Amino acid sequence: METKIKESNFWFFFNLIGKKTMDVTNNLGAAVIFFTLSFLRIFRRKQFREIVQQVFYIGAKSSNIVILVGLFTGMVLGLQLFYTLNKFGSQGVLGSVVALTLIRELGPVLTAIMITARAGSAMTAELGNLRISEQIDALYTMRIDPQQYLISPRIAAAIISFPLLTAFFDLIGIIGGYLTGVVLLGVDKGAYFYRIHAYVDIVDIGGGFIKSLVFAVLVSTICCYHGYFTHFRTDSFGSRSVSLSTTSAVVFSCVTILISDYIVTSFLM
Amino acid sequence: METPLIEFREVTKRFGEKTILDKADLSIYENRITTIIGKSGSGKSVLIKHIIGLLSPDEGNILFRGKPVHEMKKKEWEGYRSKISYMFQNNALFDSMTVFENIALPLRQTTNLKKKEINSKVMSRLEQMELTDAAKKYPAELSGGMQKRVALARALVTDPAIVLFDEPTTSQDPIRRNIILSMIAHYRKKFGFTAILISHDIPDVFFISDRILLLWEGKIAFSGTYDELSKLNHPLIDEFLKSIEGLKDELTGLPSKEMFRSRYAMTLGREQLDTKITAVVFSSNLTFISNLFGPQAAIEMLRTLVEYVNEYFGPLGGFSVRHKRDEILTILPHMGLEKADQLVHDFAKEIEKKSLTRVRELLNKEIKDGEFFEIFLNAGMTEGVTDDDIEQLMEKAEMNKKIIAKYRCGKECDSK
Repeated sequence: METKIKESNFWFFFNLIGKKTMDVTNNLGAAVIFFTLSFLRIFRRKQFREIVQQVFYIGAKSSNIVILVGLFTGMVLGLQLFYTLNKFGSQGVLGSVVALTLIRELGPVLTAIMITARAGSAMTAELGNLRISEQIDALYTMRIDPQQYLISPRIAAAIISFPLLTAFFDLIGIIGGYLTGVVLLGVDKGAYFYRIHAYVDIVDIGGGFIKSLVFAVLVSTICCYHGYFTHFRTDSFGSRSVSLSTTSAVVFSCVTILISDYIVTSFLM
Repeated sequence: METPLIEFREVTKRFGEKTILDKADLSIYENRITTIIGKSGSGKSVLIKHIIGLLSPDEGNILFRGKPVHEMKKKEWEGYRSKISYMFQNNALFDSMTVFENIALPLRQTTNLKKKEINSKVMSRLEQMELTDAAKKYPAELSGGMQKRVALARALVTDPAIVLFDEPTTSQDPIRRNIILSMIAHYRKKFGFTAILISHDIPDVFFISDRILLLWEGKIAFSGTYDELSKLNHPLIDEFLKSIEGLKDELTGLPSKEMFRSRYAMTLGREQLDTKITAVVFSSNLTFISNLFGPQAAIEMLRTLVEYVNEYFGPLGGFSVRHKRDEILTILPHMGLEKADQLVHDFAKEIEKKSLTRVRELLNKEIKDGEFFEIFLNAGMTEGVTDDDIEQLMEKAEMNKKIIAKYRCGKECDSK
């Protein structure tokens, strides 16, 4: 009897792993198809207006939070790095270290996380609401392709906005580093900017740009996918499913940003 | 024989283990209002979602003018879909868009019309639906009835050949319900589309329906006209009608048939078995009124008739029920046929005095000089005793129906 129970637990464990693996694989496959179809629809007619609207919403409206986070990230970097570099007597390279940290790593990652929190969650919640109130079905009945009308502009806008906001974040961060390093702690102003100019290559900027593009695709696809298919959730219905989809979209996006950051970085190095 | 516009052949749809449509066969004909009735959760919405392609059948075929839709090429399929419009049960209006933008959306996205043309088309629909003042408002700022009208305007703005209405009267009060039903009938006449309607508003919806389909346990258990339905003596129909009856008929305020039967049993059960009763069936030519002035006028007429019947026979112990779409059955206890006949004729005279002005008010359509129409009031009577079967009494009374009053209405109404 005991052996039977043990055996059933043994198989249950493998069944569970198998089921989870299949679920994840199915979802990954579906998300890739979802992104591909939506991406191809970006280039269809009557998309310009929708894309501009989404760029305004995802990009322009996120700029305040990006400025704020960028400024304080740069300031805290300036502060921390000044005292660390001071131990080695090399506070002169502060400008280049702040700039490289921001451009290669923190800029793309923090910008992506900020946009996920602000615009990504809103995308999922909005699409989820459209789904549960049959507005997506209504689009279909009016012969308006819901994926073209709702998803493609959001993905296009993310691809446009992420690199721009990242560049903005980097710039503000460097200014933040300047405020603490130069204005507060007395690092030489010329040395700060000279080191940035000397050590930051176009490859570093390109790497950050590639990362922000990868994050744009991942975040917009994950957030739109969770919202668009909120009705497929088996653990909840209605507004509860929208809230759960929003939570999982944000969590999943943030985790994916960090994992993909490692993968992209290892390719770029 | 007329070819159906849309046909279902043995369509089956399952969700998991549950079979919603089980080899359902149905035909929908062009330029008619077809009403689908059935219990809540019986699959009516699932059925009409198949027509527009929101769902596809697991088995069976859907044919459009004899051609299976799943065999259509992309262009043909798009052409087919462009003919259909869908009005959702909950309206499905875009809450972040204004009324104007909601109505303009299908034109902006699916046509090559210029901005000016779109504006004029939307404005004309807004005017027709009396929504001009609401053009810049958001759906959340409108009443339920107005939202329905916006949904109807959006459904009609592309000039569809087929419009699917999924419970268009849900969550509306009885008066608004009938206004919406009248609106559908009115616009169908005006724009000439084929309407497929899901409704629980029985029997009111029958005023506007050309054909009725009863969905029962996944199959179409009945399809035909209202007259065929009312003549059909099938336990399934009775069971269905019983299952959807509320405690009261909301339009007339009369008790449901079930309540009426229990009152009949309770009131007369106390009496001696051979106590005389008379059953009277009242009706009017409401179909004619509905065709001439719209279903709203017919419904108002019926409501007025009920008011008078209650006012006149209530104090004498009489109690009534709405029998079928446009008939009222009144039971007069302790009364023989002779006395009841006299009473009914007095009632006809009384109603003549009171109602002529009101009838003219209700039928507010302008009548030109020289034109006239006639309204009949019919009554059928039969005598019985307290232990008689109510159904048999109703049948007998109906067989004896004759005209008890006739009004000729032109510029003014006169009794004849």
